[in-house]
Amino acid sequence: LGLALYTSSLCMVSGATFLYHDYCIIGAGPAGLQAAYFLQQAGRDYIVFERSHAPGSFFALYPRHRKLISINKQYTGKSNSEFNLRHDWNSLLSHDRRLLFRRYSRDFFPNADTMVRYLEDFASLLKLQVQYNTAIIHVTLEKNEQAWNGHYFLLTDQDRKNYKCSSLLVAAGTWVPNVVNFPGSEYVEGYETVSINPDDFTGQTVLILGRGNSAFETAENILGVTSFIHMVSRSRVRLSWATHYVGDLRAINNGLLDTYQLKSLDGLLEGDLEDLAIVKDKKGKLHITLRFYLENRNISAGIDSITLPQDELDNFATRAPYDRVIRCLGWKFDFSIYNRSLQMMPGKGNIKKYPQIKPSYESRGTRGLFVLGTASHSVDFRKSAGGFIHGFRYTTRAVHRLLENRHHGVPWPSTVYPITQLTNSIIKRVNEASGLYQMFSVLADIILLRENATAFEYLEEYPIGVLAELEMQTGRKAHNGLFVIIMEYGKNFSGADKDVFYYNRAVGEAQHAWQSNFLHPVIYYYKRLPTEREMRLHHPDWPLPRPDAIHHIVEDFLTDWTAPNAHILPLRRFLENCLSTDLRNFFAESCFLFAFTHQKLPPSCLQGYMRMQGLVGSQELQHHAVQAGLLQDYTHTDFSDDRPPYGHDGSQEQLMRDHGIPVRPLQHLVNTKDE
Amino acid sequence: MSAQKDRWVSSLVFLLFCASSIPKCGSASLQLEPSPQHYFSGLEAGKASLAFFTPSVSPGAQPFLEQVESSAEALQDYGVSVVKVNCPKEDASKYCGKENALRKAFLFRGNRLIREFPTDALFDVNSIVANVLFALLFNEVKYIETLADLENIENALKGKSNVVFAYVPATGTAEHRAVMEAAFVYGTIHQFVLTTEAALLKAISHDDPDVSSAWLLFCHCQRAPDPAQPCRRTALAQPLTLLNIHRHLKLMGAPLVTEVAEDPEKISTVHLQLGLPLVFILSQKETQEADRRTAEFVAWQLLGKAGVALLSRDLVELNVLQRSNVALKTPDEGMPIQYLVLEDTDEVITLVEDKNKVKQIQKDEQEEEEEEDEDEKENNNQDIQDDQVVEAVSRDKKRELPLEQILVLTEENFHSSLSKAAQAVVLFYASWEAVSLAVLRSYSEVGALLKGTPGVLLSRVNCWDWPGLCSQENVTQFPTMRIYKEGQQSVTYGGMWGTEEMSSFILLSQVPCPLKLATMDEAEGYLRGEFPPELSSHHHPSLLGVFSTATSKAREAFEEAGNILSGHVRMGMYFEDDALVLSQKYSVSPPALLLSRSGGRSVEGIALSNHSVQDMVQMIRYELLDIFPEITVPNLPQYLQLGKPFLILFSAGDISEMESKEMLKLAKGRPQQAFVACWLNLKKTPVGHGILRTHFSTTPSLPLLLWVNLHAGGQVFKFPSEQSITEMNILSWLEKLQAGLEIPSSTLSEEDWKPPLPAYDFLQMMESSMPELSPHPGDTRAQQPPQSPAGDTARGDTATQEEPSQESTAEEFGSPGRNLRGTAPRLAARDKQGKRHSEL
Repeated sequence: LGLALYTSSLCMVSGATFLYHDYCIIGAGPAGLQAAYFLQQAGRDYIVFERSHAPGSFFALYPRHRKLISINKQYTGKSNSEFNLRHDWNSLLSHDRRLLFRRYSRDFFPNADTMVRYLEDFASLLKLQVQYNTAIIHVTLEKNEQAWNGHYFLLTDQDRKNYKCSSLLVAAGTWVPNVVNFPGSEYVEGYETVSINPDDFTGQTVLILGRGNSAFETAENILGVTSFIHMVSRSRVRLSWATHYVGDLRAINNGLLDTYQLKSLDGLLEGDLEDLAIVKDKKGKLHITLRFYLENRNISAGIDSITLPQDELDNFATRAPYDRVIRCLGWKFDFSIYNRSLQMMPGKGNIKKYPQIKPSYESRGTRGLFVLGTASHSVDFRKSAGGFIHGFRYTTRAVHRLLENRHHGVPWPSTVYPITQLTNSIIKRVNEASGLYQMFSVLADIILLRENATAFEYLEEYPIGVLAELEMQTGRKAHNGLFVIIMEYGKNFSGADKDVFYYNRAVGEAQHAWQSNFLHPVIYYYKRLPTEREMRLHHPDWPLPRPDAIHHIVEDFLTDWTAPNAHILPLRRFLENCLSTDLRNFFAESCFLFAFTHQKLPPSCLQGYMRMQGLVGSQELQHHAVQAGLLQDYTHTDFSDDRPPYGHDGSQEQLMRDHGIPVRPLQHLVNTKDE
Repeated sequence: MSAQKDRWVSSLVFLLFCASSIPKCGSASLQLEPSPQHYFSGLEAGKASLAFFTPSVSPGAQPFLEQVESSAEALQDYGVSVVKVNCPKEDASKYCGKENALRKAFLFRGNRLIREFPTDALFDVNSIVANVLFALLFNEVKYIETLADLENIENALKGKSNVVFAYVPATGTAEHRAVMEAAFVYGTIHQFVLTTEAALLKAISHDDPDVSSAWLLFCHCQRAPDPAQPCRRTALAQPLTLLNIHRHLKLMGAPLVTEVAEDPEKISTVHLQLGLPLVFILSQKETQEADRRTAEFVAWQLLGKAGVALLSRDLVELNVLQRSNVALKTPDEGMPIQYLVLEDTDEVITLVEDKNKVKQIQKDEQEEEEEEDEDEKENNNQDIQDDQVVEAVSRDKKRELPLEQILVLTEENFHSSLSKAAQAVVLFYASWEAVSLAVLRSYSEVGALLKGTPGVLLSRVNCWDWPGLCSQENVTQFPTMRIYKEGQQSVTYGGMWGTEEMSSFILLSQVPCPLKLATMDEAEGYLRGEFPPELSSHHHPSLLGVFSTATSKAREAFEEAGNILSGHVRMGMYFEDDALVLSQKYSVSPPALLLSRSGGRSVEGIALSNHSVQDMVQMIRYELLDIFPEITVPNLPQYLQLGKPFLILFSAGDISEMESKEMLKLAKGRPQQAFVACWLNLKKTPVGHGILRTHFSTTPSLPLLLWVNLHAGGQVFKFPSEQSITEMNILSWLEKLQAGLEIPSSTLSEEDWKPPLPAYDFLQMMESSMPELSPHPGDTRAQQPPQSPAGDTARGDTATQEEPSQESTAEEFGSPGRNLRGTAPRLAARDKQGKRHSEL
């Protein structure tokens, strides 16, 4: 910290002037602003660089047709603000209730302009430190042993102004359009520039390259005026309702699937764009051919000399010429501004559009460089929501908490509870927590047990990818075992080709909860923290290594996991068996009895009754407990008549008849060994 | 079943053995006599013998003799010897001489000839035995031909003995033999009547009997109440064999209704021994007479098919439905008794008569039980709520709580509402959490109790609706009760969640703590509990700090302690000029505390020497404890915190003055008390019965004095009941106790509080269906298809491969497919959980 003070403001390094900040954030989009908010709240020295004159410049342009596909649910029937964030995909996290997106738009799928306006407000209302009109064009490192990470980040903007930071947060998004190069690709229009006026497409035949939401969005816009639209892409269409992945094709954009399958001339084709070639005929019509036909020919020689597939195969699918070919292939991260020393490498395979990062969102190549927002989606690509506002607002907070611990000695926020609150604290979180819900299988709540399991510490929304480093990353101790609470879909439920509407897809009984298909809470119990090696070797289909015990809370149609018997009871049994204790609640009267009959008391009595906070319970409740056979009524007992309990009371029998519950003598309460 | 049969067969054999043991019999069954002279000279008086006179060579009689030989053994059991008398050629006496005689058999008793049988009547063993016994039992078995004969016999025997009426289509048959053999055993007990007249049989039975088969009726003449009425008759439903007749007679001889007063499981009657079910009519004191009549009625109907017992529920503790009125005990070993709720007696009869039905029920139940066992194994009752608080709250959830008195606070109105009220009580709770809801119920009672109390606002915040508000108010646990004064500082409640305790806290919190008293009158009134007036109805001990103006340090500490104890202790302070006068009244000098109990009748002066706040709080708490308290559920923890053993007097009601005086002497006697002397009023604290029941198997007499080592060892010692409770007796007992001379009556259980039931082992279930989760990920990883970038098609393949495995595991664990085998009761029992969403 002293170092930070020392190095703050201006400093001279080898003749160049550097403006110093502890934290530099590249990009004032949702992720950059979200990070800025947390840094500001923590009172850190930070700056946000934005190349445009206003925040959210990506949203000023995209999506081209202006309809956001992130939902903005006005009404959930609940006032719980945390719960409501589960169904608000656009708001950023803040303490300011004015900055909820539903106050900006009433549309379920809001307009992108609203997002721009929202981000402007977010930056200005919260007085975030954003330096606009500053495009960072180069980033390099300066070795310095005293720096937080052994080096400083040196940033250069378009005006050759230099900045120096201890930590660099890259929230630049993915904005470089993906292009394919094939013969004739010069005839292809890009999504970025193509006309969005349907009139420009009247009566035309259109080929769209790509099969993502932007491709379908483009098609949707012109569906009514074109002669036909064909859509070609290597991969098959993945529907988000089948995959639970919001980045796949959303139902709101899938009009073309409708017209294709309802024989209305439009169609989908599979094929590798790399094999494609386009030739233009004299009338300006575009013909599809294959690259290998052109291999030994000069494309400029004219269409007549070029073999078209239909010359050999007269029913070739795309033999009809097109008026326009539009490329909608998405974007990739801008790797170009990073000096090689930073080793900002693209990921492998289908995550090559993102830089390589660790599950802690720190760059694999450079310590102290964190990637936030859309660009950080490699961690959970095609799995969770980390590439979208409703996901990365939480991962950004997680990164901030990691930084607070690493650089400022502020351990991960936690609350300590007595063990009697264990079931409650889990139930509370799985029912309302939005971070667990949105970033399912990526962020987890962690419960660290204290010695003798009399108390525990609750940490929220920790990235499970770095579970092994928990002690180092959070500054908390995990010596006595831990629970990891995450949310999961069923293992075999979702997938591109699965029937997600099959009959009996939902599990209703708690004892079969592990077969739950819909998103449901899962609790992992580890007697000790998993090691790095275990984390590395665990099965890729599983979010975590093999636990010592696992519990699934059965999926719930209302995502309301507060049912006493189906949800809470099995959870309590699981926790009890992990901790080897009895977590039942007892009325004061039971504790009184135990005090005179047992040398040890159950946790509920120890932490409640014995601290003079016993649960006395109203008459009605005591009566119900007696009827349930869980409390004995001694009021009417004539002690001289040594009859066993219940002899005088027909209520037990009544109960048996009404509920089919076997009578359990109170001894079960008093003497657990007998069971 | 077979065991039962063996038992009664062996008893029959024993019976027959008794009968046969009358004569001393030789080992050889068929005796051979060389000559008639020899034979006649050897006849014993009273002993029966059947003789055949045969010439040395008589080929025609050969097959007959074979039958005779085999019947000899059977007849021997009845003391009849069968003798083959050789007729020497030269003999021409009465039996040997006549050609005719050689075709006959002669029955002698002693040397008197009783009957002579033509050999064609003795065609086989049955006929020989039947005819011989018939002849011998001429007096015991009456042969009749008409209905009138039967009625005459019956009338003659009414009230005296019973009649066994047998019809055989012909004499000399196996049935005839069986009747005779039975008559041989039972002839002295019952009057046997025999007929071969089909007309007679038709006359006495209402429906058309099959005259070609034998019948046996038991006529209950002994029990016939009215001489004018014919005797009730009970037919033997089984074929006439000796065993069946024996069984029938046994059953008829058994009491009609057995009255039992012990555990039906332990009851055994002749019916059960004979392999018949036993029907219990469950009776209650109130309905005993009617029940007995019912039982008798049923017993008549079931005579010979089942036994009937009358079981008084008042005498036997049954762990069954109160509604059950009939129980059925089957002879099968290990079968539990079925308790049934039946509408009328016909159901009882059909239940028994329809043997198949019984069997079916048994079978069903067995299956059901097996299924239940399976279930048990499967879930071990894990899905049954065993948390008393959760269960009580969920049973109460349909009742609407009277919460009109309690303001609902939200994020919007929280601050504005609190700032308006001088004192606002806020209960933070979560609407899904059982303990919160239990407290909310008591809180609603507080609302009713404090209705109209000026200046107090009762309100609540549901943290499930307003998590932001709760975390902003730093509420991390539910429930939390806070009192906000003018919307500013707050006091968190730390007492019992009972209506009284919460109300008292709220009322006490109304008054500043400590309350500054301005005049001597106020101070005196305060000690009497009359000032301030708003607390006059509350009977708390009052604590008054008396300070001279100079002792500001002590006063500050006292004020600080007041903040901590606010709401729990009634505290006042007085530091006017005449403080010295006040304190000297109670022979202390300021700074001092005056502790007033029971409305100022006893005021204790305590000098204040330590000025640390913590110590003062500690001291005040300690001083407020009673010397000989009545232990109750709410106050026990305060005394437990002292960490001392308890000397506790259990009393059925209030303790007597003498006991109280002696105990108080004992408690006061030792200033540095090593134990807590207290008493428990079982009327007020009935759970005390539970304590006694745990420690004493038999009921100890009250009052009962116990020494309980609550914190060390947990031994429980019982003060000898023959000694009177006096200080001296207790002290000497305690000395012995300390010296280890007493034996503890009981010990507090040392058991740990383990999980009451196991959890679902999902890990094991998952591992057996998904081996990739197994503890050795390295091994299985190799078999996994590599995750390729173009994994979409590959993923499709694996998906189809996985499909069947998923199904098979589903079956394995009985998951989604299990509804197929669900029976109606199972569905009923489970429907609370709702099977599947898609079915809704």
